[in-house]
Order: sequence, then structure tokens, then C-alpha cells
Amino acid sequence: MSVAIEQILVQTVNGLVNGMILALVASGLTLIFGIMDVVNFAHGDLVMLGGFVGATTMAATGNFWLALLVAAVVIAVFGAALQISTLRPLLGRDPLTTILATFGVSLVLQKYALWQWGPSARNLQEPITGRFDLFYLQYPWYRVATAVLAGAMIGALWLFLKRGTYGIWIRATTQDRIMAAAMGIPVPWVHTAVFAIGAAMAAASGVLFGPLGGVTQTMGADFTLRAFIVVVVGGMGNLGGSILASIFISLLEAYASLFVSPAQAVIVSFVALILTLLFRPTGLFVPTPK
Amino acid sequence: MLSLTDVHTYYGKSHILHGVSLEVGPGEVVGLLGRNGVGKSTTLKSVMGLARPANGRVTFEGRDITGLAPHHLARIGIAWVPEDRRIFRLLTVLENLRTGLDRTGVDDARRDALLEKVYRTFPVLRERRHQAGGTLSGGEQQMLAIARAMVLEPRIILLDEPTEGLMPRMVSQIRDIVDVLHREGVAILLVEQNVPLTLAVSNRIYIMEKGVVRHQAPAAALRADPTVIHQYLGV
Repeated sequence: MSVAIEQILVQTVNGLVNGMILALVASGLTLIFGIMDVVNFAHGDLVMLGGFVGATTMAATGNFWLALLVAAVVIAVFGAALQISTLRPLLGRDPLTTILATFGVSLVLQKYALWQWGPSARNLQEPITGRFDLFYLQYPWYRVATAVLAGAMIGALWLFLKRGTYGIWIRATTQDRIMAAAMGIPVPWVHTAVFAIGAAMAAASGVLFGPLGGVTQTMGADFTLRAFIVVVVGGMGNLGGSILASIFISLLEAYASLFVSPAQAVIVSFVALILTLLFRPTGLFVPTPK
Repeated sequence: MLSLTDVHTYYGKSHILHGVSLEVGPGEVVGLLGRNGVGKSTTLKSVMGLARPANGRVTFEGRDITGLAPHHLARIGIAWVPEDRRIFRLLTVLENLRTGLDRTGVDDARRDALLEKVYRTFPVLRERRHQAGGTLSGGEQQMLAIARAMVLEPRIILLDEPTEGLMPRMVSQIRDIVDVLHREGVAILLVEQNVPLTLAVSNRIYIMEKGVVRHQAPAAALRADPTVIHQYLGV
């Protein structure tokens, strides 16, 4: 089977677009893991809730950008409440307890979404409807816009972490929670704030993804799984690694779907996960530990 | 100013402190001596809220602080310089200092003055201010750990084995710093293995054995008659 160069280039664009949305989800997941050693199995459900809040706001106001903002703010507040009520009491316990807790939260959120919004998918109207010629395709500008927006949000997060007092607090707490507290940094609130930031980014991904794939109450599990894979492949808790891994995995899947069906293409990300765990368990995109 | 009364602390099921009582007066340098594993570091951690005492009381300036969260203790004037230094390795030297400097109630002028003060005390930190903490030498990391405590403007510093693993030149520098802090009226609770240094810089000494304080004496008395030191520490 021969593959035209145009197909490869189109799949490269697809892979990059998908990779940026995944990176937005994964950077929240990795930030939360890095700072409180919690693998948030409900992270994908925050994507889903964000998508529904966005769809509801969109239905009421007709404004996509307002929906994006409202979803991010509402889910950030919800995330903060979730962290305080569920994860703060479990800090420092065996990782199994937080895995069970977040898994339980995930189930509750899915059932809540089913009860509140019903089983059928909601579609968000894309705010940018134009298309441009990409070889044999009419490629939607909106897909490019999502990648750019996701990149901008990740860039904003990076700047926030690099500059300013709160960024220093977050990085210090990530490196050494105990010493950070001894320096007067209010560690419990730093944890809550980071969880809220991660939740807001997940919600924003849900709204951005809405016009591409629709919002359903079961979409969370898929996002959690994919984000989890890239966080492991990128190196647990490593922000830059997770972003690179998101793009890497999405490109792999995009290229694989040139040869097999998209459902089968997902297998390559599991292969990448297994190979990473076997040969480089610290992650692909981190310097070799000394 | 700082007082521990009959403090019992456990790590899991192991009983580490069996009723430690000691006191540090305002501006006083108090040495805490003892062999490895007798609970000296745990005593400091019990003050700092990092190991929660099961029994007993810790008070600071008349206030019961037993089991208070460490970040509150830092804000009321207790600073901790841990044994393993615990520099934020991926933060620059300046960012390490800012973990203590960027707090409410410190205006820009005060902040600059504090920074200037630690840079004057430790010129090497000024040179290396944009370098990651993890790239510093052991001695430089110890200076950063002390400088980081100093910017909190503490009333007392809990100083855990500051000279461990340092070259003699660095050791004498640490000794100078302790003297400077003492002159400035900062109280110090000093845990050390280096007995001569501790006797030289301290006002009073406590000697611990198996989780309790066995002996206390003015440092001058132990300098004059070291038999007690021989008896408990075998040096």
C-alpha cells in the first residue's frame, strides 16, 4: 500500500491538533500528580463536565467564548471544592486510597451527568466556521484555532509557573512539600489552587473538543486514559515531557490511522506506553536521571 | 521563649521521644548534643509541626503551638534549617530565597533590605543567584539553607547539624554565622555532632540519650569540666 505525501502531511496537522488538546488535559493531570502524588482518575470527567457546562452556557447565550470562560471558572471552583472535600484529607496516605477516591468521584460524576444531561451527545456549534484548502481537503480553521488556543493556555500556565510568587510557591511545593511548608508557604491551599487550575484546563479542553467530537457523559474515561498514557510516557509530573508526549502519541496515532482504522490506531499508544514502561520507566522526554 | 514539656513523639509504632523537656530563652544559643539516633532531629521536627507529638506541650512565646501546621510556625517566627538542607534543587538561589521573602506584610523596601543583608553575609549567593540550587556545592547549599531561614526574620532558628560533611573552612564560616545571628538577638536551638563547636557557640547545653534529656549545664561549665561529655558521648 502506498501512501501519498499529502496524506502524511494532513495526518501531521491532525496529529498536532489532537495533540494540543490532549496536552491541555495532560498538563493539568501531570501538574496535580507532581504536586500531590495523586493520579486523578476523575480528570477526564472534569473534561466532560466542562463540555456540558459549556454546552449549557452556549445554548443559553449563543456565545462560544463566553461558554469557554464560564466552563473553566465553574469547573475550577468545583475542582477546588472536590480537592478540599475528597483529596485533602487523604494527603500522604497510600496512593491506593487516592486512586480509589478519584475513581469513585469519576463514577459519581458520570452518573450525575447522565441524570442531569441525559444519554445523548451534545454538540457545540463551532465559533469559527471557515475552511481552507489543505491538499485534497477543506480543512476547518476551527481545528487550527483549537490547537493555537490550547497552546496559548499551556504557554500561559508555563509563564505563571516561571514568574511570580505563586509560580515559585507551586514549584517549591512540588519539589519538597515539607520544606515549602517550613518556609511559610500555605501548602494545603497551594494544592487546592493547583487542582483548580488543572480542573479549569480540563474544562477548557472539553469545550474546545465539543464542536469536534460532541460531549457525552462517557467521554471522560477516554480522556483520562489518553492523558494517563502521555503523562507516563512523558515522565510522571514533568510538564514539558507531558506536552511533548501528547504530540508524539497523537502523531503516532494519526500516522497509524493511514494504515489501519482509527480504532485500531489507538493500539499504538498502548504499545508506546508498554515500551516506555519496559525500557525507560522515568519517561521518554526527561533527561536521564543521574 | 520556646519550651517543650514532656514531649512524646512516635514514628509509626516506634516511640522516639520519651518525654523531652527543654527550654530556649530569648536570644539564647542552646546546644543539643547526643549520639546518633537519640532523637535530636525528631525534637526539632516536633517543634516544627513535622512530627506530631502524641503527648506533651510545645509553647512559643507563651502560646501553645503543639501540632500547629508548619506554615503557621514559619509565619510566627520559627525557622528550620534541616539536616539534609533540603534546598529546592530546581529553583534558582534567588527563588529559594523568595520562598521565604514573598510573604504578606513585607513591602518591597524591606524585601530588598533583607535580600541585601543575606547577600552581604553570604557573597557567594549573590554571585550564584540565578543558578539552580541543586548545582551548588555542599557548603554553598548549607549557606543557602541558613540564608533562606534568615529572610523569614525568625525569632528562633532550629539548626540541625549545619557543619555535617563540610570542609574546615566552611565549618568556621558556619560558626561565624551563628555568632552573628546570636549578636542580632536571634535564638538558636543547635543540634550538632561537632562537640567543640557546640560548646564554643552555645550558652547552654542539653545532652540527650534514648529519647530523653539526661543532662543540662551551662556551656562554660562543660568547657571547664568535660567529664560529663565523655560519659554521655564517649568523646
